[in-house]
Amino acid sequence: MQTLSSARLTELKLKANDVRQGIIRSLLAAGSGHSAGPLDMSDVFAALYGYLLRHDPERPEWPDRDRLLLSCGHIAPVRYSAMANFGYFPVEELLTLRKFGSRLQGHPERVTLPSVETTSGPLGEGLAQGVGMAQGAKMDGKDFHVWVVTSDAEHQCGLHWEAVMTGAKFALDNLTSIVDRNFIQIDGSTEDVMPLEPLGEKYRAFNWEVFECDGNDIAEFIETAQRAKAVKGRPQVIIANTVPGKGVSYMEGDYTWHGKPPNAQQAHEALVELGAARERILANA
Amino acid sequence: MPSGSTTGVLDAAAAAMRLVDYRAGDLKQVPTRNGFGEGVVEAGTRNRDVVGICADLAESTRFEGFKKAHPEQYLEIGVSEQMLVAMAGGLAAVGKIPWIASYAMFNPGRSWEQVRTIMALNETNVKIAGAHAGVSVGPDGATHQAIEDIAIMRVIPHMTVVVPCDAVQTKKATLALSERWGPTYLRLGREKSSVITTDETPFSVGEAQTFREGGDAAIVACGILVYNALIAADALAREDGIECRVVNNHTVKPMDEAAIVDAARTCGAVVTVEEHQKHAGMGSRVAEILAQNHPVPIEFVGVDDRFGQSGDPAELIEFYGMGVDAIKAAVRRARKRKTG
Repeated sequence: MQTLSSARLTELKLKANDVRQGIIRSLLAAGSGHSAGPLDMSDVFAALYGYLLRHDPERPEWPDRDRLLLSCGHIAPVRYSAMANFGYFPVEELLTLRKFGSRLQGHPERVTLPSVETTSGPLGEGLAQGVGMAQGAKMDGKDFHVWVVTSDAEHQCGLHWEAVMTGAKFALDNLTSIVDRNFIQIDGSTEDVMPLEPLGEKYRAFNWEVFECDGNDIAEFIETAQRAKAVKGRPQVIIANTVPGKGVSYMEGDYTWHGKPPNAQQAHEALVELGAARERILANA
Repeated sequence: MPSGSTTGVLDAAAAAMRLVDYRAGDLKQVPTRNGFGEGVVEAGTRNRDVVGICADLAESTRFEGFKKAHPEQYLEIGVSEQMLVAMAGGLAAVGKIPWIASYAMFNPGRSWEQVRTIMALNETNVKIAGAHAGVSVGPDGATHQAIEDIAIMRVIPHMTVVVPCDAVQTKKATLALSERWGPTYLRLGREKSSVITTDETPFSVGEAQTFREGGDAAIVACGILVYNALIAADALAREDGIECRVVNNHTVKPMDEAAIVDAARTCGAVVTVEEHQKHAGMGSRVAEILAQNHPVPIEFVGVDDRFGQSGDPAELIEFYGMGVDAIKAAVRRARKRKTG
């Protein structure tokens, strides 16, 4: 298991900050889209693309790449911003989000942008496809890993639990599900809309290995993900506790930011705050 | 499976298609799902990337042979039809060619949104075998009789939809679709039905076949009712002197538009026959093509906007208006509208 140096950690924190700024800029340009989820998953995506994934932006269709699936397609801005900031396409392209003719569709489409791996948006379907990919890897003796990012609310979908059951049946230890546990969904708190707790116990009962961590702490997430990936004989889930809207104080913890973008003034404030945060990362390095 | 023999007494079209003499009383009776079972075993031998996934219906869908022949290519996932499609999408994304089989009512019936998003919009090479389609499922009743499946599949972009006429053709279709890239729906029947084609009968996805020649009306049929169409045509010639062209329109999507337009031009009246709701099925597609290219009177034989029920398969086919007499009556109506 690789150890994370402090220099590398600083680099990843700066990348996460870049990802957040890209999210704000793209949402402002789009005039619609989701804010809270993309911001709270920026640390996880920086850790994945910057450290954990076996991938090569120059060869997006490399057959042996790790597969990263975004099941909750509505938080696409974080994936697009991470891909742009890690070299898959120019950062300026983020400003085409949700616009006519753009590769950056409102919800990701594999046909227009193959490196998103799946077409997602309808919830509860990503883990099920990840199970298929992980099983395909096993059948072909391939050693790539399948990572699936899921939202907490999509655990209300029946298909997701069909996938959990199937992943356990086939002992897919090459499959890791990462839950964005931010406790919010469109209509309010997940525990009010349709309670999910005890979430970890549910996975344990389905024979998965369960991990939990602070999803906004890059070092802790990386350490947890490495331990998860090392598990043999069963799939793993990481319940990544996140603060919705993380990094933009007026959005943090407010479910009303689930599905709307900032206006020009709000975006300006967010970018000023993120700029100051960036300075602090550099000062503390 | 053994195939019947061709005979010299059929008309030239049937002879060219190497059909058996469908007028004989002792035609082999084999369910179309058996043709799938045989075809998918061979597909799995030809290409080891062919994977079979089943949702607790191995015997009914005739996946058992594949399970025995290719255990390392076979996956059983229990009663979870949405999972069937989604998992297949994942397998296809890493290079496999998955065949997934359940009852048509559950896949694509229950799994339609996954079919649309994961198979079609996502353009994955997943093949669905939908067993137990039509009211000829029989005693199981309406919950298990898929008579809306052609409609919900033909409306999806990129989808190929094939409804073979008998078990021999189903085997050919299974093999052809395994080697043809793209999301696909193959519709199967439960009940034994007459085998009218032979190993020598040609089959090509997207090419309709003229099984009988005639210039007074065209009967455009798919699935096991092609047999009823041929018997009806034969009776009409004998009883009324009406000569019908019978088209085996096995590929509902992409439909052979040239063959449909040619049948309308030649015959001036068309009757469509399918074991499906009249609304939005194969016949509706024929009507779309003809309305735009060559409008002629059309009559539809199919289920008239209602659900099925328990019963004997043959009895249900009659009751829901898809028997030989119903086809003959529809041809007469179409002819009347043509001349009147």
